[in-house]
Amino acid sequence: MAEEAAVANDQNLPPLANRTPVKTEEALKTLLADRGGKRYYAELKELDVDKEALKKTLDMTFKSRMKTWLEICAHCAMCAETCLYYIANDRDPKQTPSYKIQTTLGEIVKRKGDVDNAFMHYCMDTAWGKCTCCTRCGIYCPFGIDMGVMFGYLRGLCYSQGFVPFELKIGAGMHWVYNAQMDVTPTDYIETVEWMVEEWEEYYPGLTVPVDKEGADIMYVVNAREPKHYPEDLAEAAVLFHLAGADWTIPSTVGWEGTSLAMFAGDWPCCTQQVKGVYSAMERLKVKRYVGTECGHQHRATITEGPYWAGRKDGLPPGEKPSLHYVEWVLEVLKSGALKLDPAKKIKEPVTLQDPCNYIRNHGLTNVTREIMSYIAEDFREMSPNREHNFCCGGGGGLNGIGLYRKERDIGLKVKRDQILATGAKFVVSPCHNCWDAIRDLEEVYEIGITWSFLKPILLKQVIVPDHMKPKE
Amino acid sequence: MYEFVSGPLVWISFGIFFVGLLVRVIAYVKGLDWQKDRVAYSAAGIPGAVKSIVYWLIPFKSQAWRDNPVFTIGTFVFHLCLLAVPIFLLGHNILWDESWGISWWTLSDMTADWLTLLFFAAVVFLIIRRIVNPDVRLLTTGYDYLIIAIAAAPFVTGYMAYHQWFDYKTILIIHILAGELMLIAIPFTKLSHFVLFFCSRAQLGMDYGIKRGGRYGRGICW
Repeated sequence: MAEEAAVANDQNLPPLANRTPVKTEEALKTLLADRGGKRYYAELKELDVDKEALKKTLDMTFKSRMKTWLEICAHCAMCAETCLYYIANDRDPKQTPSYKIQTTLGEIVKRKGDVDNAFMHYCMDTAWGKCTCCTRCGIYCPFGIDMGVMFGYLRGLCYSQGFVPFELKIGAGMHWVYNAQMDVTPTDYIETVEWMVEEWEEYYPGLTVPVDKEGADIMYVVNAREPKHYPEDLAEAAVLFHLAGADWTIPSTVGWEGTSLAMFAGDWPCCTQQVKGVYSAMERLKVKRYVGTECGHQHRATITEGPYWAGRKDGLPPGEKPSLHYVEWVLEVLKSGALKLDPAKKIKEPVTLQDPCNYIRNHGLTNVTREIMSYIAEDFREMSPNREHNFCCGGGGGLNGIGLYRKERDIGLKVKRDQILATGAKFVVSPCHNCWDAIRDLEEVYEIGITWSFLKPILLKQVIVPDHMKPKE
Repeated sequence: MYEFVSGPLVWISFGIFFVGLLVRVIAYVKGLDWQKDRVAYSAAGIPGAVKSIVYWLIPFKSQAWRDNPVFTIGTFVFHLCLLAVPIFLLGHNILWDESWGISWWTLSDMTADWLTLLFFAAVVFLIIRRIVNPDVRLLTTGYDYLIIAIAAAPFVTGYMAYHQWFDYKTILIIHILAGELMLIAIPFTKLSHFVLFFCSRAQLGMDYGIKRGGRYGRGICW
């Protein structure tokens, strides 16, 4: 508390709102002490725009793809109905994706970076408070104009000028300092894993977590939330690998964590550092492949976009076998029979499934989750629309964590709420951390009487434990 | 005057049209950047590019066309007439035959006349949509109307010329000028989507085909 008061009142402290990423533990602690970013946002109102730098960035990075997108947009507004914010805000024309991008990025480009503080605030409010970068609008545009991609780019411009929501400045800072989205060190992580194994091995004799095992088939990479807030998730993963007889490992160094709040913030150099950490761990341990936890944006940052940040020309992560999202690994072991579920334990009540944008629309794993549903649920009900046409949960793009745009996020959640209600199901399978959070929050805000779950707890309830793996009575 | 607009100016405008579009396509492709676009462009992306184009060239093939049936009909009628009438008009074919010795299948004058009226209906629909639909209205600028005017002018004047309204010779000159203006405007304005539609669609198709799940199952369904 003393530290918080100091940060709030210290006149000698350099401005918290600035154009420099947070790269030291000390700077991170100072920023964290500014509760809710009160001082940060006040200072942001005074932050100058470095117009030269903005113009230079545009000259170097604004290329034909986006140039064409902005130029040929026919202003047909077919993208309006595709946006969750447009629908959730009573079809406000100002929520039309095309309008949102033309009045922000379009203006910056038109004015060649000659914009002021108020305009950058408008850009920040739009890039984060009115778009989750779900890229849904892009698949409905006749010209193939992907506004989600452009909003990602706009976020990068805003970030480079210091105009970024408080929590995401911190988030990117976490990745700079800890190579993870939270202040969890590799030592903290390994200790948490060991603690979990101790707790659970009573029920699963022989349960181990192989750390730094060279040449393993799988390197499992998690989200820092798991050791920090949901350690049982690590235990569940370990048990499932154990029961399936997987040859797996986790790194005890940088690279154990695969998320990227830096991607939500638009800090591209930080994204590069983050993903290179994961790849270097894979190369050091000479593992055959990567398997990531039930997180959507981790998959996007590490597997889909990551190779490009790391400068890999083939667009693929390292490893001799393809990198997998957790759902792909689950389907693999269910199909091969390495993991057997008890059909009698299938979920009887109606159940629906959330399609996370980051690996469904943007990585094609559309049928994987559906096949898994056929193993675990008797009455699976699709949301409408679904698959690549599904709506973002409302918490994507970092929206779950931004206090400043909480209200906007909560309004956006109405779309997912109505989609879930229309299925008649009261149970939602959500194999993504952000979707899981958004669905939890929508229940908290709108109280529609639903429950929700990752896949791991469901699988653990239904799995048949072979006799030799059971504890001796 | 007539000799000039129907002679050298035709050559000039077709020249600008073809060279301009070629430059646009080359500039587009040259401006692609595998790392900045985050797409490992390669031949492996071609099926995705083709799929992305085909799904949007066929009415009601993509989800968005199905979701907006009235607009879909309106825009397809508009574009089909815009392309078919000038290319297959008997009068134009005679001119090409005289100048370059080429001609092809033609529309009867009667059909062309009806297609022109259909085109006008589509233009009116697109304009009304711009005024009535609040989302479109907010996005619409004077430039959008100018583009429609450039595209519609050759039809309006062509219809007047065919029906010999006012002074035929004058109208005919205006008609030719309107056509030439459109040809010249295409590479320099939003009308460049004449080719950039294909570039942009192909690019996003490759993005989905190469990076965003093209390796899995059916790939993206537009």
